[in-house]
Amino acid sequence: MGSSRILILIAQRIAMGVLLLFAVSALIFAGTQILPGDVAQSILGQAATPQALANLREELGLNDPAIVRYFRWLGGVLTGDLGTALSNGRDIASSLEDRLGNTLFLAAIAAIVSVPLAILLGLLAVRYRNGAIDKIISGLALASTSLPEFFIGYVLMLFFAVKLQWFPSVSTVYDTMSFVEKLRAVALPATALTFVVLAHMMRMTRAAILNVMQSAYIETAELKGLSPFQIIRRHAFPNAVAPIVNVVMLNLAYLVVGVVVIEVIFVYPGLGQYLVDHVTKRDVPVVQAVGLIFAAVYIGLNMIADIVAILANPRLRNPR
Amino acid sequence: MPDAGGTETLLDIRDLRIEATVYAPGEDPRDVVIVDGISFKLAKGRVLGLIGESGAGKSTIGLSSMGYGRGGVRITGGEIIVNGRDIRKLGPRGLRKLRGSEVCYVAQSAAAAFNPAHKLMDQVVEAALRHGTANRREAEARAVELFRKLSLPNPETIGKRYPHQVSGGQLQRVMTAMALCSKPDLIVFDEPTTALDVTTQIDVLAAIKDAIADTHVAALYITHDLAVVAQVSDEIMVLRHGKMIEHGETRQIIEAPRKDYTKALVSVRSIEHEEKKPATQPILRVEDVTAAYGGGVVRVLQDVSVDIFPGQTLAVVGESGSGKSTLARVITGLLPPLEGTVSFEGRPLPPRLANRTKDDLRELQMIYQMADVAMNPRQTVKTIIGRPLEFYFGMRGAERDRRVAELLEEIEMGKGFADRYPAELSGGQKQRVCIARALAAKPKLIICDEVTSALDPLVADGILKLLLDLQKREDVAYLFITHDLATVRAIADSIAVMYQGKVVRYGTKTEVLTPPYDDYTELLLSSVPEMEVGWLEKAIAGRRMEAAGN
Repeated sequence: MGSSRILILIAQRIAMGVLLLFAVSALIFAGTQILPGDVAQSILGQAATPQALANLREELGLNDPAIVRYFRWLGGVLTGDLGTALSNGRDIASSLEDRLGNTLFLAAIAAIVSVPLAILLGLLAVRYRNGAIDKIISGLALASTSLPEFFIGYVLMLFFAVKLQWFPSVSTVYDTMSFVEKLRAVALPATALTFVVLAHMMRMTRAAILNVMQSAYIETAELKGLSPFQIIRRHAFPNAVAPIVNVVMLNLAYLVVGVVVIEVIFVYPGLGQYLVDHVTKRDVPVVQAVGLIFAAVYIGLNMIADIVAILANPRLRNPR
Repeated sequence: MPDAGGTETLLDIRDLRIEATVYAPGEDPRDVVIVDGISFKLAKGRVLGLIGESGAGKSTIGLSSMGYGRGGVRITGGEIIVNGRDIRKLGPRGLRKLRGSEVCYVAQSAAAAFNPAHKLMDQVVEAALRHGTANRREAEARAVELFRKLSLPNPETIGKRYPHQVSGGQLQRVMTAMALCSKPDLIVFDEPTTALDVTTQIDVLAAIKDAIADTHVAALYITHDLAVVAQVSDEIMVLRHGKMIEHGETRQIIEAPRKDYTKALVSVRSIEHEEKKPATQPILRVEDVTAAYGGGVVRVLQDVSVDIFPGQTLAVVGESGSGKSTLARVITGLLPPLEGTVSFEGRPLPPRLANRTKDDLRELQMIYQMADVAMNPRQTVKTIIGRPLEFYFGMRGAERDRRVAELLEEIEMGKGFADRYPAELSGGQKQRVCIARALAAKPKLIICDEVTSALDPLVADGILKLLLDLQKREDVAYLFITHDLATVRAIADSIAVMYQGKVVRYGTKTEVLTPPYDDYTELLLSSVPEMEVGWLEKAIAGRRMEAAGN
């Protein structure tokens, strides 16, 4: 009976997420409709004859009402057909595949480094709170958030690619590269991303655990003679999981969605760069498709955070 | 180190001094002495009750026996000798070895003191495992044995539950088992029954007392309730403002106190109140009120009918969850009832607050339990009391200030308090200001919701006396909500006993407090600890006999 209640809660969250995703798809579609000019015009250019424009509009179905075009687009998306790019006439879905894979690879490497590091640093800061270690960690974290990511990217490039020549400055990856070669290629952008998301996660971890440390049951644990680390690990951390997962998921979403600047700096063939390229070319179907993927990642990760928070709550897991 | 009595000394505190740094707003931090010159010895297996009002330093002394200071509290002088060694000389590692093995702690609110993320059993055996006094199987076996000894239901399986899955009284017993599990020499009980309902308290008290006797553990029993400590301790130390007032055998302290302060504590709640005859016309009539939360789902009041007469007090008494505060919410219009009516001076009041006239609001005032949060901390006393004067009577400037000064006189505080902020007042003074604010509206009825529950006994006595005086002078009626029967005796003209949303007994004070009782009232009355050594045993024996008789 307890598990059924929790399943209902989780099902509600998932349903909410799906609903939200549809709402976002409508917003994205509406947003691209507001943009000046139309697709036929941008394909054929300024010199096109009115007849050619009208023909193309008819061919692309642009004369249909917006609602019809939205559902046609949505139907395509749901069947895996994201349409064709206007700029090069290629199928968007197949070009996206590689790009998405690359972005996820970079994000995963950054996450594997930054999430455990942030939580560990947060725990350390709590253990030695208000002491030298806490202040150094918090200070460095604050400094790294304050610096814009392109600045961190260029500084890393200057030292490790140009001066020391340990890593390449251009992080191009190919299918034929081995895993190790790929790792070497993404080392610098992954480090830059780590710096960007580390501080936020670390500080929120620290705050979440410190908040729990005020509880009466922490005093109980102290009066049982537990060591500070045992208290933090056994008694504080389990109760701080929900807020920590929340901030971790937000930052993971940022790793996927917010990599645009880093990808451009390091010329990394990911989604961000692909998006920037096609925005400049006014390639609306590509912008729509990438926007939708970013939204899906964002909503999906936050949904996972919500579900973890439900599962981490002993009151929900074990009702009276 | 055997003492004069021939028993071995377990805890020897000599000239203890404890200080804390106070950070008052707008002032430089300063050090205050919380505990000063306290010395006592506790032999193995003995129970010492530490008693005093809030701020007397009793919890601080209790925790010092574990080398622990809450917040910024520091032990600055004296010796704390546990099992022959001064624990002030132990480092953090040595103190960790002491805590949870030689000395254990039982907190006031077990509901907050258990970690919500872990099962009870894991928490109960944690200290024993951490200190290596037992392996998991032995520790769990001992825990089950202790659960049984403390008469917990399903001792074999209760450990598999999470803290939110058991009741407050049960949690308090599990916490006692947790303290006993690592076989300590000393347990510090810090107000272990204060947060419980009186009918639950008696069982927990009996369980704790039996467990202490069976395990031969020594204990420091901290409470503000002398009647409670008289039941469990061998000796009592009375504390005030961090200093010792009197220390002696329990019987001597209760039956022949030497110091005036102790005498005052023993004779507290001796207010004599002659009940008034009910008048013909009630000022407030509650008829067949049924109320629920959650859109009618959770019924909290069922067919409640009571009358309040002008210039008299109706005490509504019951345990937490009995619906007494909900009754107040219905009367004030905060919760419109599902059925039934509330009428004031013969005319029905609109069920919703929003539909009531300004005069309806004025005639019905309210005073709350937590005076602290019932006042805006950024307003002065003058602004707080002056607000109803402006709102209801349009008073301004000098006229208002004069009336505020009069009201301050009425609550026995000088006009010098007018410019103070709530933070600069004591708990009793804050409640007095709240009373003055209610009086400022010249109400005919004041609803008092547990107004003395958060106060120390002597201060609470002062508030009750003030309320009675004001009733005589201003002819105001009270609806007095409380869980405390001593308060009821002191102030009520008529009484309504509530249980699970129903009024189970209702009448004049004499009628309600005269046998034969219904079962619930009987249970309630017999659960209130009396200032008498051996009361607990008699009460428990009485219950067992009754249970056997049924």
